Amino acid sequence: MYLVRFRESEHHKNKAGTIKVTAIKNKIMSVLVYTESENGAFKKTSYEVASYAKGIAAMLGTDVTAIAFNTSDAGELGTYGVNKLLTVNDSKLEKFTAAAYADVIAQAAKQENAQVVVISSTADSKYLGSLLSVHLKAGYVTNVTALPESASPFVVKRTVYTNKAFSNTQVNTDVKLLGLSKNAYGLKENTVSCAAEAFAPTLNENDFNVKVQSVDKATDKVTIADAEVVVSAGRGMKGPENWGMIEELADVLGAATACSKPVSDLGWRPHGEHVGQTGKPVASNLYIAIGISGAIQHLAGINSSKVKVVINTDPEAPFFKAADYGVVGDAFEVVPALIEKLKAFKAANA
Amino acid sequence: MKILVCISHVPDTTSKINFTENNTTFDTNGVQYVINPNDEFGLTRAIWFQEKQGATVEVVTVGTAEVEPTLRKALAIGANSAIRVDMPALDGYAVAQQLAAVVKNGGYDLVIAGRESIDYNGGMVPGMLAAMTGANFVNTCISLEIDGTTATTVREIDGGKETATAALPLIIGGQKGLVEESDLRIPNMRGIMMARQKPLNVVPPVDSNAETQTVSFEKPAAKGAVTLVDAGNLDQLIDLLHNEAKVI
Ligand SMILES: Cc1cc2nc3c(=O)[nH]c(=O)nc-3n(C[C@H](O)[C@H](O)[C@H](O)COP(=O)(O)OP(=O)(O)OC[C@H]3O[C@@H](n4cnc5c(N)ncnc54)[C@H](O)[C@@H]3O)c2cc1C
Ligand SMILES: Nc1ncnc2c1ncn2[C@@H]1O[C@H](COP(=O)(O)O)[C@@H](O)[C@H]1O
Repeated sequence: MYLVRFRESEHHKNKAGTIKVTAIKNKIMSVLVYTESENGAFKKTSYEVASYAKGIAAMLGTDVTAIAFNTSDAGELGTYGVNKLLTVNDSKLEKFTAAAYADVIAQAAKQENAQVVVISSTADSKYLGSLLSVHLKAGYVTNVTALPESASPFVVKRTVYTNKAFSNTQVNTDVKLLGLSKNAYGLKENTVSCAAEAFAPTLNENDFNVKVQSVDKATDKVTIADAEVVVSAGRGMKGPENWGMIEELADVLGAATACSKPVSDLGWRPHGEHVGQTGKPVASNLYIAIGISGAIQHLAGINSSKVKVVINTDPEAPFFKAADYGVVGDAFEVVPALIEKLKAFKAANA
Repeated sequence: MKILVCISHVPDTTSKINFTENNTTFDTNGVQYVINPNDEFGLTRAIWFQEKQGATVEVVTVGTAEVEPTLRKALAIGANSAIRVDMPALDGYAVAQQLAAVVKNGGYDLVIAGRESIDYNGGMVPGMLAAMTGANFVNTCISLEIDGTTATTVREIDGGKETATAALPLIIGGQKGLVEESDLRIPNMRGIMMARQKPLNVVPPVDSNAETQTVSFEKPAAKGAVTLVDAGNLDQLIDLLHNEAKVI
C-alpha cells in the first residue's frame, strides 16, 4: 500500500498554483494520445482517450497528437479534437508487442515534446503503460476518472481501493502519463482537421524478446471490456445448464456475459467472465445482475458501471442497496419475460 | 531456479474504506491485512515450481515493520525465505526502484508479481520493475510453465487469451488462473511453526524517489435508493431504462 502521505515536493513548494506549465519556452509542447485500433479501425475507447487528451490540451493551451499502429487513416480522430495522427506501419509491429509498442510511443512522445501522454485502460494499454512510464521518466497515474483539477501542481483524480474510493494524485515529474478509466470521460466532439503523418521509429531487437505464438479470441462475442451493456449472473442460476436465457438476454441487448466468482470457480462459466475485485472490472453503461447477492468484492468490481439493474428473489439481497433499478422475483420467470418484452421493444423501436 | 515473489500487504477484501486526518490518511482502524489476492495466486504457483521443479522461493515486500505478519504468512505457506525492504511504500515507482535493487542483487530467474494490488490498483509495479532491470515481461498472466530457461505464458487479453514464449529472466504480472482457486493454501500448524525458523531479512532501502503522491482521498457520493419494479410489470423497467436512464 502506497497510501502514506508524502511531503510536498520541493519542486512545487513555493510555487504551487503560480507557475504555468505552458510557461516553459523553446519547444512547443503537446499532448500525445495512444489510440488503439483493430483491423484498421479505431476502438471506441480510442475516441474516448482522444476526447480526454483534447480536454487536457485545452487546459494547457496546446494541441493533441495521436499515435496509431497498422492504420494510415485518421478515422474520426479529428471529430474528437486530434490535430495530427502519427501512423506506424511496420511488418514487425503487426502483432501487439508491449515492449516494442512502449518503445515506439516513447520515441513519438519525445519527438512531439509531449508533456502529457494519455492511454486507455485496455489490457494492452495497461501492459505497455508501466514500461512507457519508465522510458519517459513520467509519473504514471492509472484509472484516472476526470480532467486534472489543476495543471500546476498537476493533480488528477483516480480510483483506488478497487473503486471504493478516489485519490487526488499529484504528479511531480515533468512528463505525465495518464491511463484513463473506461467510460469515465465519455466522447466529446471538438472537430478539428486531422492530418496523418508517417512515423518511422527505430526498432530495437530486445523489444521482441517476448514472442507471441498464438492468439485465441472469440470474434463473434462482445467482450466485457468493450461492452456498453453487461448481463451477469450468479449462483442463483443453480447450474451451467441454465445459462441459455442469460446468453439470450445478452444477445437481445448486444451485451457481453459475465458472472460472479463462485460461478467461475465451480466451472459453470469461463474464468474470463468473472467480474469483481479479484476478477475483471466492469465500467459499462448498463449492468444487469441476475441471481447475484451483491457481496462487497463483487460490487467493488462493478461500481463504476453507470446504471445497475438487479434481479433477485431475496428482497434483502445486499445488491439492491447498490442498484438503480430492482426486480424482486425469480430469474427463471423474470428473465424469459424480459427477453420477450425487449424483443417487442426492439421491434417497435427499430 | 530462483524465484522472487513480490507481495503487497493489503486490506482484506471485506474492509470498510475510511480516511482520517482530513481525508489524507487511510484509516487502519479495524482493518485486517492479507496477501494481495493476485500475489497469492502467484505465490502458490511459485510453491508448485518449488515442489515439482526444485525451485527456491523468496518473497519480498517493501514496507515498514507492520507488513511482517503478511511475510510470515507467505513463509508459512511455503516460501523458503523473505525480505522486507524497510521503507514505506510511497508510490509504484519508488516500490519498483526498491524491488529493482533486490532483483539485481538476487540473481533470480523468475519474478512473480501481481497484476495489480487491490488497494493502490496501480497495475504498474511489475512492468516498471521489468523496464528497470531489463527482464522480459508478461502482464495479466494466467498460465506459466518453465522448461529449462524458456517460459511459456498465457496472457489474458480483452475477449481472449494470448500465448507467448520468453527466455528467463522473466517478470510476470500474475492473477487468478495461475493456479486454481481450490489450490490456494491456508497455512497449517506445521507451516506456521516452520515459518518462525525461516529467515526474514530486513534490508535498508536504496535511494529512490516517488513520482506521485496522494493529496487527498474522497469517498464516492452516496447512492440514491433503488427503484423497485414489480415482476409482473417489466414494461415499466424497459420504459425506465429507455426514457429515464437512457441506456437502451
Ligand atoms: C478474497 C475474496 C475475493 C473475492 N472476489 C470476488 C470477486 O471478484 N467477484 C465476486 O463475484 N465474488 C468475489 N468473492 C466472493 C464473494 O464474497 C461472494 O461469495 C460471491 O460474490 C457470491 O456469488 P453469488 O452472488 O453468485 O452467490 P450467492 O452469494 O450464493 O448469491 C446467490 C443469489 O442468488 C439469489 N437467487 C437464488 N435463486 C434465485 C432465483 N431463482 N432468481 C433470482 N435470484 C436468485 C439469492 O437470493 C442470492 O442473493 C470474493 C471472496 C473473497 C473472500
Ligand atoms: N510494497 C510492495 N512490496 C512488494 N511488492 C509490491 C508492493 N506493492 C506492489 N507490489 C507488487 O506489484 C504488484 C502490482 O501492484 P500495483 O502496481 O500497486 O498495482 C502487486 O501485486 C505486488 O506483486
